[in-house]
Amino acid sequence: MIQVIRAMRKVWETDPRKDPNPLVYTIITIVAILYPIWAQLSTGGQGDFLISILADAGVYVLLAIGLNVVVGFAGLLDLGYAAFFAIGAYTYAFIASDHLLVTPLHTTVHLPFWIVLFIALFVAAGFGVILGAPTLRLRGDYLAIVTLGFGEIVPRVFKNLSEWTSGVNGISALDKPDLPFWVQGPWSGDPLAIVRDLKINSPLGFYVIMVILVGSCIVLVNNLRKSRVGRAYMAVREDEVAAAAMGVNTVRVKLLAFAIGAAFSGFAGAFYGAKLSLVSPENFGFSVSITILVMVVLGGMGNIPGVVVGSLLIYFITFIFLPALPPLAEEWASSLGLSSLIRPDGDWPGIGQEVQRLKFLIFGLILVLTMLLRPQGLIPSRVRAQELVKGVHEDTTIEDVNAETAT
Amino acid sequence: MGSSVANARARLMSGSRGRLLNGILFVLIGLALIVLATKVVALGPAYFIQIVVYGLADGSIYALIALGYTMVYGIVELINFAHGDVFTLGGFVSLWLIPVFGLNEATSSGPGVILPLIAIFIISMLVCGVVNVTIERVAYRPLRHAPRLAPLITAVGMSFVLEGVMFLWRGPFNLHYPGILPNDAIPLGASGATIAYKDVAVVLIAIVLMTGLSLFVERSRLGKAMRATAQDRDAAGLMGIDINRTIAATFFIGALLAGAGGMIYGLYFNNIAFDLGFSAGLVAFTAAVFGGIGNIQGAALGGLVIGMIQSLSDGYFDSAWTQVIIFAILILVLVFRPTGILGMRVPEK
Repeated sequence: MIQVIRAMRKVWETDPRKDPNPLVYTIITIVAILYPIWAQLSTGGQGDFLISILADAGVYVLLAIGLNVVVGFAGLLDLGYAAFFAIGAYTYAFIASDHLLVTPLHTTVHLPFWIVLFIALFVAAGFGVILGAPTLRLRGDYLAIVTLGFGEIVPRVFKNLSEWTSGVNGISALDKPDLPFWVQGPWSGDPLAIVRDLKINSPLGFYVIMVILVGSCIVLVNNLRKSRVGRAYMAVREDEVAAAAMGVNTVRVKLLAFAIGAAFSGFAGAFYGAKLSLVSPENFGFSVSITILVMVVLGGMGNIPGVVVGSLLIYFITFIFLPALPPLAEEWASSLGLSSLIRPDGDWPGIGQEVQRLKFLIFGLILVLTMLLRPQGLIPSRVRAQELVKGVHEDTTIEDVNAETAT
Repeated sequence: MGSSVANARARLMSGSRGRLLNGILFVLIGLALIVLATKVVALGPAYFIQIVVYGLADGSIYALIALGYTMVYGIVELINFAHGDVFTLGGFVSLWLIPVFGLNEATSSGPGVILPLIAIFIISMLVCGVVNVTIERVAYRPLRHAPRLAPLITAVGMSFVLEGVMFLWRGPFNLHYPGILPNDAIPLGASGATIAYKDVAVVLIAIVLMTGLSLFVERSRLGKAMRATAQDRDAAGLMGIDINRTIAATFFIGALLAGAGGMIYGLYFNNIAFDLGFSAGLVAFTAAVFGGIGNIQGAALGGLVIGMIQSLSDGYFDSAWTQVIIFAILILVLVFRPTGILGMRVPEK
């Protein structure tokens, strides 16, 4: 049994003819197409809720794909990724709702969703450049702490500038995306006609937009990875000095990776704002940044299918599995004859409460154990696995020299 | 020949750029000071003295945490994200020990509480030290030759593990920490400002610990080994220094100070929460960068300055903006003067 598993692992991880990525892409595509059908059929037409959940998960998939450019491709640690997400969402909120009426500007701007997506993208990328340009000249790990600080500043600024952003209440009633024209027909239960300015309001509509956005982003990022710039990222990640010696402008390359990551985050933020129709500073805290980092690290840094699977998995754990756990735990406790665990008692909050508190511990353990036991992630990037596991770039240590000279 | 000319030109250009940046920095500082001065004059000297006293007490706590960051960074060039949570752990462990030693709010202020308090102090510090050494052993040492990203990620992970453990232990609430230190205050002259005994106690404890640390690093054999390892790890190894032991000792000592800081925080502010270490750690890291990362005196000074800035900002501006101001300072320092005010190491790359 163990040997079978070992043989499968060998094929999965090293056999060059059996790259898992096409298989994973195929599965993801099939699931993405079949999911809404399954959701409607299994609930007898009441599946909007399920479809909406996966559309929300798609926001995290987008974020993880973007963070993967920064962490996985360029090897920079961005701990304030949610800040750009917030910037994208608030950009959408400002220029696609009535909100500017209650700010000192007293006007209102309603740009269409499709344009705001790209405005949010450029605004977030601009902030990325402003933040990255000075810090990327310094050591790599300074970026981690600067982004962490930035990630703390941005939600606080949105919270404190209540004259402009309504503070903790956030901005609500954002515009829904609309299509300039759409062909109606029997498939949507209407007579055949061309309608103008169709408002997208149904979960299925958002789901379709989400799938299209994620799909095009995957294609774009894959092209980026194979391009000259993409190869420069890997070179900088693996050995900055050698990359610079080969003529790579390391600061520019790192800045570009950082800005592209920020752009994805802003893009996802705009979609998030449109989907939820509400933005509030509470939704963009440090825990969001960490959630996305966990997704990328667990899925496989540098490998896009890995990151997609990792993000869906972590989304499922944090937003579906953990909230559903307390009743389950209480049920198990009573069926095992441990019903005394259910009630709160002194410091013990009751087993239902206690399992809800597990999130921090689970995230921490995933990060630590993945880096220690399987740094290449669940579905590894072949190139990255070589670097992370086999230690081809390990420094020659004194122990090595001793070992060599001893014989 | 050509390359030396190019070098000289590069140096000249970076020099003029540096001077410009420093100019901008001084203008910014000057503006902030002018605004501050008008507010200080408007609100009177007594208020100002009070704010300074609070700033000193806050600053001493930040200095204690910042020392751990700066020592660890100096020796293994790793931002130990878990350090802030080791600080919180110090508070949690001492909070648990206080009733064990039979102390509570009612027994406060007598000379009889001093011995048990010192015992609690020492036990909490040791627990934090052991925890931090374990973290180093489990999460950082195996990755010492891995790409730089790997230990940074495990550091963030360990921070979450510690927070998760404290969360499971005591829950998500703000916990009340018994106020054992006397709340009485000494009036300062006729100004109306007062200085509480606990302010004095916090500053004194911090000074004693920091003096002890700097004597240790400068005089002892292990301290010498630490400085050697920080300068050049391989050369230190060739000189017969046990590098793993030295690094573990650095983590241990850093955690001792953080644990002490956690307990002082509890005694001073009378409350503590599981996620306190996140923001306190970030502020303390700002202090370490401000003073010049890797520089022990710098971290102490940086802690005091950041504590003072926090207190002035709370007192004269809006406390909702304090954290924003501090993190903005972090970014500005890194942009304008990445070596910090006393920094000797030049973090470039």
